[in-house]
Amino acid sequence: MADIKELKSIATQVRRDVLRMVHGAQSGHPGGPLGCADLFAALYFSVLKHDSKNFKMEGKDEDLFFLSNGHLSAGWYSVLSRSGYFDTAELKTFRAIDSRLQGHPATEEGLPGIRVASGSLGQGLSVAIGAALSKKLNRDPHLVYCLMGDGEQQEGQIWEAAMFGAGRKVDNLIGIVDYNGKQIDGPVDEVMPLGNLKAKWEAFGWEVLEMNGNIMEEVLETLEKAKGLCGKQKPVLILMHTEMGYGVDFMMGTHEWHGKPPNDEQFEKAMANFEETLGDY
Amino acid sequence: MKEYTFSEKKDTRSGFGAGLLEAARSNPKIVGLCADLTGSLKMNDFQNEFPDRFFQVGIAEANMMGIAAGLSTGGKIPYTGTFANFSTARVFDQVRQSIAYSEKNVKICASHAGLTLGEDGATHQNLEDIGMMKMLPNMTVVVPCDYNQTRAATIAIADHHGPLYLRFGRPKVPNFTDPDQKFEIGKAILLNEGTDVTIFATGHLVWEALEAGKTLLKKGIKAEIINIHTIKPLDLEMVIQSVRKTGCAVTAEEHQINGGLGESIARTLATNLPAPVEMVAVNDQFGESGKPGELMKKYGLSASNIVEAARKVMSRK
Repeated sequence: MADIKELKSIATQVRRDVLRMVHGAQSGHPGGPLGCADLFAALYFSVLKHDSKNFKMEGKDEDLFFLSNGHLSAGWYSVLSRSGYFDTAELKTFRAIDSRLQGHPATEEGLPGIRVASGSLGQGLSVAIGAALSKKLNRDPHLVYCLMGDGEQQEGQIWEAAMFGAGRKVDNLIGIVDYNGKQIDGPVDEVMPLGNLKAKWEAFGWEVLEMNGNIMEEVLETLEKAKGLCGKQKPVLILMHTEMGYGVDFMMGTHEWHGKPPNDEQFEKAMANFEETLGDY
Repeated sequence: MKEYTFSEKKDTRSGFGAGLLEAARSNPKIVGLCADLTGSLKMNDFQNEFPDRFFQVGIAEANMMGIAAGLSTGGKIPYTGTFANFSTARVFDQVRQSIAYSEKNVKICASHAGLTLGEDGATHQNLEDIGMMKMLPNMTVVVPCDYNQTRAATIAIADHHGPLYLRFGRPKVPNFTDPDQKFEIGKAILLNEGTDVTIFATGHLVWEALEAGKTLLKKGIKAEIINIHTIKPLDLEMVIQSVRKTGCAVTAEEHQINGGLGESIARTLATNLPAPVEMVAVNDQFGESGKPGELMKKYGLSASNIVEAARKVMSRK
C-alpha cells in the first residue's frame, strides 16, 4: 500500500498519462480525469483490495470499482496499467484502431480491469448495485465503488438506482459523484441545475459525505470514513468536490477542456505542470 | 402429415413461471428480477420459494437491466421479467450497453408480446421487440410457441452463456408440443414435411401454421411446416434445405413486417437460395384494444392469412 507521498506522485504521473493519451489520440476527455486523478490513485494504490495480476470478472474476495462516467477512461486506463492490470506501453494505443483501450471502457476486447461497458451515461450505479447484491448473495464482505459525473446526475436512471440502493439497504456500496460543476455545454447549474444535491441524496436515504477530491489526505480520510459507514443498512455517497482540469492552469475554471484534446503547443505547456514521477509510458 | 392435438390451452407466460422455478431449484446461480409485474409474469412461485434470490425493483426497468448486468458480473444468472415493451423499447440503450455490448449473461424474459396482449391496446402491444433485439450483436433471440416449449426453453437458456431475449405472451393458446422435449437453442423444429411450400412460423403463429397446413392439404397442397423458435441464431441449414425442396416460403409471426422473422428468412434466402417469400405479419401499423382473437383476425395473423399467402407465393415460383 502506497503512502501519501507516493500516492501524490502516482496521481501526478496519471495526469501526465492522461495528457499524453488524449494529445496522442487527438481525441478524448482530459478535464474530468485530471480532476479525478487523486481519487484514481487513492483507490487503486491504497483503498481497494484487488488483484491486478489475475483479473477475474467475478472479482470474488475483491473490492470492485465501476466507472459510470466512462469518458474518464484515460484516467482509469492509466491507473489500471500503473497498478499492474496491463503493460503501460499499451496506453499509447488509446482510442486507436485495433486497441483494447476504447474511447469509452468496454469488455469486448478483453481489457483486464473492466467489468462493464460505460459511456452512455446513467447506467453504472445500477450495475454497481447488481454487483453489490451479488457480493451479498455470495457472502463476500468486500465493497463496491462507483464513480459518476455531476452532469450525469441529470439522468433519470441515477435516481431509480438511488431509490433502490436505499430501499433495499445496499450497504456495501460507495457511490462517488465528481462534483466539478461542469459539463460539456457549460456550468452544470446553467445546463440543468442540480439544486441541493446533498439534500437530494440524503432524502433518498443515503449516507452522504463530502470531500475535496484534489487533496490526497482528505480523499484517503473520507474513503476510510465511508468504509466505516458500510454495513449499517444504508448505502454511502461521497460528493467529491474537484476542479475539472486540475493541475493545468489554463484548463481549470472552465468547461472548455471537457472533451477537447490540446494541440502541440498547449500540450507542452500543460505537461510543464507535472513532473515525470514514475516514468512516461 | 402428422396431426398435432392438444388437451388444453395454456398461456406461455405460465410456462415461463414453471420453467423458472424448476431451473432455479437445480441451479443456485439463477436469480430473478421483476419490475412490478410479478403476477403477470407468473414469477410468484419463484419469489415465494427463493425470496433471497428475487429482487422486486419497482417500476424502474432501466435500473433493473443495470442491476441484472451487475449481478451477472458476480456469477449469477439473472432472469429479468416484465412486458416485452418494457424489456426492449423502454430500455434499449441499457440492454445495448450494459448487457449486449458487455456480454453479460442476462436472460431478458418478456411477456405480453404482440397483439395478443389484447385490451390494453397499442401502448403495451410491442410488435418491434424481435427486430430491436436481433439487431444487437451478442444477443440471442428465442420465441417459443406454447406452454410446454416455453417451460423447456426457460430451463434450457440457463445453460447458454450470454445475453438472451426470451419472448412469450399473455393469452391461453393450444399446448401441443411434447412436455418432455429437449429445447435446443438455434435448432429449428420440422413439424410437418411437405414439398410445395415451406411455412416458417414463430411463437403463437406456429399453431396457426399447423391449422393452415390442414386446410392447404385439403386443396392438395403439401406444406412443410417449421417452428423457428430461435430467431437468432437462425437455423440456416434447415431453412435452406427446406426451401431447396419446396421452392418458396411463407413466414408467420406476431410482429411488425419490418425487422422480424420474415426479414431474417428473406435475407437468408436472398443471399443463399433466391426464392419467393410472402410474409404474414403486422403491416407497419400499431395495434389497438380488442380481444386477442379479434386482433389476430383484424391484423391478418390467422391461419386463413397463411393459407392465402401460401397460394400467392406458390404462384410466384
